[in-house]
Formats: sequence, structure tokens, C-alpha cells
Amino acid sequence: MSVSQKTFLLYAFILLGGILAPFVFPNYIAQFATLWLMILFALTWDMMGGQMGYNSLGNIIFFGVGMYASAVVQIARLYEVAEYTSHSGAPKVDFGWTEYLSGMGFGIIAGALAAIFIAVILGRIVFGLRGPYFAIGTLGAAIAAGELVGAWDYIGGGGGITSLPFPGTGDERSLFFYFALFALALLTFAFLKWLYSRRYVLAVNAIRDDEDKAEAMGIHTLRYKTVTWAMSASFLGMAGAVYGNMAGFIEPLEVAFPTITFGIFMVLMALLGGKGTLWGPVLGAVVFHIIKEFTWTHFLGWQWVALGMLIIINVAYFQQGILGWAQEKWPDFFGLTVDESDTREAVEEASK
Amino acid sequence: MSSIIEIKDVSKAFGGVIANQSISVNVAEGGITGLIGPNGSGKTTLFNSVVGHHPIDEGSIKFEGAEISKLKVPQIARLGLLRTFQQTRIYSKMNCVQNMQISIPHRNSGLLDMFRGHSPETSDRALELLEFVGLYSKRNLIAGDLSFGQQKLLEFAMALMNEPKVLLLDEPTAGINPTLINGLIDRLKLANEQFGVTLFVIEHNMRVIMNLADHIYCLAHGELLAEGKPDDIQNDQRVVDAYLGAH
Repeated sequence: MSVSQKTFLLYAFILLGGILAPFVFPNYIAQFATLWLMILFALTWDMMGGQMGYNSLGNIIFFGVGMYASAVVQIARLYEVAEYTSHSGAPKVDFGWTEYLSGMGFGIIAGALAAIFIAVILGRIVFGLRGPYFAIGTLGAAIAAGELVGAWDYIGGGGGITSLPFPGTGDERSLFFYFALFALALLTFAFLKWLYSRRYVLAVNAIRDDEDKAEAMGIHTLRYKTVTWAMSASFLGMAGAVYGNMAGFIEPLEVAFPTITFGIFMVLMALLGGKGTLWGPVLGAVVFHIIKEFTWTHFLGWQWVALGMLIIINVAYFQQGILGWAQEKWPDFFGLTVDESDTREAVEEASK
Repeated sequence: MSSIIEIKDVSKAFGGVIANQSISVNVAEGGITGLIGPNGSGKTTLFNSVVGHHPIDEGSIKFEGAEISKLKVPQIARLGLLRTFQQTRIYSKMNCVQNMQISIPHRNSGLLDMFRGHSPETSDRALELLEFVGLYSKRNLIAGDLSFGQQKLLEFAMALMNEPKVLLLDEPTAGINPTLINGLIDRLKLANEQFGVTLFVIEHNMRVIMNLADHIYCLAHGELLAEGKPDDIQNDQRVVDAYLGAH
């Protein structure tokens, strides 16, 4: 079997598995939906931390911004936002699929646009920072974002917003959001697969390896950094829009800007799988999610300890991640070879 | 020959340390100009001033007749004025071909150019230049795994890939074994003659710079000590004194 056939089989397997999973394992549908979200998290974090070397601890901001932007747009089509958010409980509304789906569509677009907007503005401020300073700066921004939204009464403040009710049954609801997150994760993966074959990836890798050198070679570093964050943010914003509706209730600290859970998970997953690769974050997300679900189920009470151990082992002894380790072990498989022929003519000769 | 870089009365101080004191240097277009001087005489500071790494305190720096002393590093690089580093700098986690591919000139790249694929011409040119510096067989290796001397050669090839008008080389032969040095000198001369790249070279190795340059400036203690043809510099008593520590 050739490499391309193997690749095709792999993709077919994932696609088919993704479609069949909720029907074969209906009890685990929420876990599977979360898995796709985790894959999206890891992939979008890796754009910054892995490919470009900017370890952002604040990417969760865009998830929350997308969630709130989407909620406000969805609500504003039907109600006065301030009035809706001031209700103590969910108001009784009756509306059908068309309104719901179109609202979701607008919400996802608004989520992406708002996230891009914030990424560009924030980028102007924090892209002057490098290394640990960038990490701490973005962490501060993420914490501040949650607190700021919590103090903003127009969008519900600390009390949160109830999402618009889903028009279908409970089972339909689970399936709907499963496939929404599945599609978003696939879209993200496909986009990145394309993007990482472009000139773009070499430029951001160059920024990762030596930004001063990249500048000295005339690369538009600020442009690349801003565009990278904006693209990463747009996927997170869309994911936030979907997840806000899936959660049913939006609240700043735990749901929209969960800095110490999702915000850290996305870093950990990319590191675990192997940062700076396309498949590493996907692999890391799967392994991480399985470990997480396993410890939450079987070692309840110790789950955070187990997670802490995983972080320490990963960072102290396994920095290269699963794919990075494989690359060191089997360099030939990844094409890292010395070519014995010294000149181009010799190669052409050999290939004849 | 007209001057492609005109440095006029440039001064630069770091706190109380005066690194450059009203230095004037002209780099002739199409030639190879040398810059020598003992350690700490302000050579690298002058390079950094020219490429916009830090602002200058006084004076003016012109490239092709236009003032560049207020521009930033990437802007100056895109004008075609490129530098290599004393401590060799390559993209250490990418392979050699990728290092070359991203070193294309970014002079006219617009926002959407970042989403372009790798053109076959670029790849061909990359391989051609890797062959030129003798790294063709190592092309698929991660650049950070190369030896120091090979990294220097790669950095030189990357600079050529950028199609600069002027190349500022900061000690191109430092840390390279004598056999490789001869090869490197030949390649520097070839780049100058074949590709028409003007060279401005800092060098400690007197044998190298006397062979290479057609005009040499000598700095000492942040001031311009002497300038002239290699032979004149070699026989200049002030230069000899500076290197022996009499200055």
C-alpha cells in the first residue's frame, strides 16, 4: 500500500468514526463532542505556541469573546439585550428551527469577527513582548477579560446569560451540537493542513526559531504574528459560539473564560502530542482527553493530582511530545536524511 | 565607483561608553569594503547602526542616496541591505531547504503572498545556492544539527537567496577551519563578481581581509583610525600600533 493510500484510509477512518461514534456509543456523545472541541483547542493553540513560538496563555479570551458576541447577536434579533439578560430565569420563548439555525449562523459569524477584532487589537499591545513575558502578559489579559465581562451588566455580568432554548428534543440537541463541533474541528484541521503547506508556515517557523534573524531578513514579522493570532482566534470564536449554545448557560469565569481549565488544557495537549506539528496536537488532545475522562471517572478526588503529575512529567521529561519523540527515534521516516549525492546532477543521474 | 552606503559623522554611545565617535565611511558600489579594528573598537556597533538595530545619536546614514537612519530593521532589509551575524543565526529547527525557501526577498510581498505555495523556481534557486556553498548533500537535515562552520555557510547562502544589493558580513570566517576559509573567500569573491553583490566585511583575520577587500577602514576606540588600499593599511604605523595595543 502506498503512502497516499494509507493517508486516504486514515482520513476515511477518522471521518467515518466521527460520523458513527454518536450512534454506536450514544452514552458517550457529550465526551465525544468535547473531544472535538479539545482537538480544535490544541490545534489553534499550536498555531501560536507550536508553529510560531509565542506561548499564549490567553487564547481562551477568543473562546469567551466569540461566545458572548454570538449570544448577544442571537438574542438581539429577538429581544432587547439588556432586558433579556436582566431576567432571573430563562424567559419563555417559542420559536422554530429556522429562527434558531439562522441565529446560530449569525452568531458563529459574529463570534469569529469579534474574536478577530480583539486579536488584532490585543496583538498590537502584547506582540512587543517575548518569551515568558508574552505568556504572562496574555495570561493577565485572559484573567482580566473574565473579570471585565463579569462587571458588564448589559451582557449579564457575573450572573451570566441563558442561551436561547433549543427547538428540538434532548437527543436531537446532543446530536446537533456533536456534529457542529465535529464539523468545526474538521474545518480547522483541513484549513491548517492547507495553511501549513504554504509559504506562511516557513515564515512563522522562522519567527519561532529566531525572530531577530527573521526581521534582519526582511520578513514582515508583525504582520505574520497578527494574522496568525487572528486566524487562531477566528476558530476559537466560532467554537465559543457553538459551545455557548451547547452549554445552555453562559457565565464569565467557568464557561466563557475558563483560564485554568480549558485555557491550560489547550497548552498541555499540544505539548503532549508534539508542538509545531499538524498531527501532534490532535494526538495530544485524544490522549489527554482519555486520561482526563479516565481519572475523572475512576479516581475522583485525585483527578487534579493526576493531571498535575501529567503536566510535570510532560514538561520535565517529555518536552518533545509524542510526535517529537517519534521523529527522534525514526528520523528516516520523517525524511531527515543525509543525501550521499553531493550535487544536483548526481541526484538526477540516480533518479534516471 | 559611486558610494552605495554613505555613513557621515555617525556617533553612538551606550550610557557613558562611546562606541562610535563621528565616523564617516563610504562603501563603494560593486566593491568589497573591509572594516577592521581591535576588539571593542566599535565595528559591530557601526553595523548595527547601519541596519537599524538601534537608533544613532548623531550623523546620517544613506543607502542609495536615501536616508535610512530612522528606518526599522525589516524595512532596511527589504531595501536590499542585509547583514549576517557574528554569532551565526539560522533557523535551527527547520531543514536547510526550508531555511533557504523563507529567505527569499520580501521586498514586494503583500498580505496575501503569505498564503502562496512554494514556487518551483524558489526551490531550484535554493538548491542551486546550497550547492554553491557545498551543503547540497545536507539539504534535508535540520539546520541546528549542522556544525558551526556549515551553519556559517548556510547563513551565507540564505543571505544570497535574499538577493541583496549590499551584504554586511560580520566576521564571516570566525570559527571556521583554515581549509574551509579558502573556499569561503572564493565564494565571497564569486558572489561579488557573479551576483553583483556589494560586500562590506568585518574581519579579524588579516590574511583574509587583505586578500578580499579593495578598500579598508580601520577603527580603534570608536574612532576612524585610517582608511586606504590594503597595502597602505598594512604598512600604516597607526594601525600596527592599534593592533599591538599602543594606541
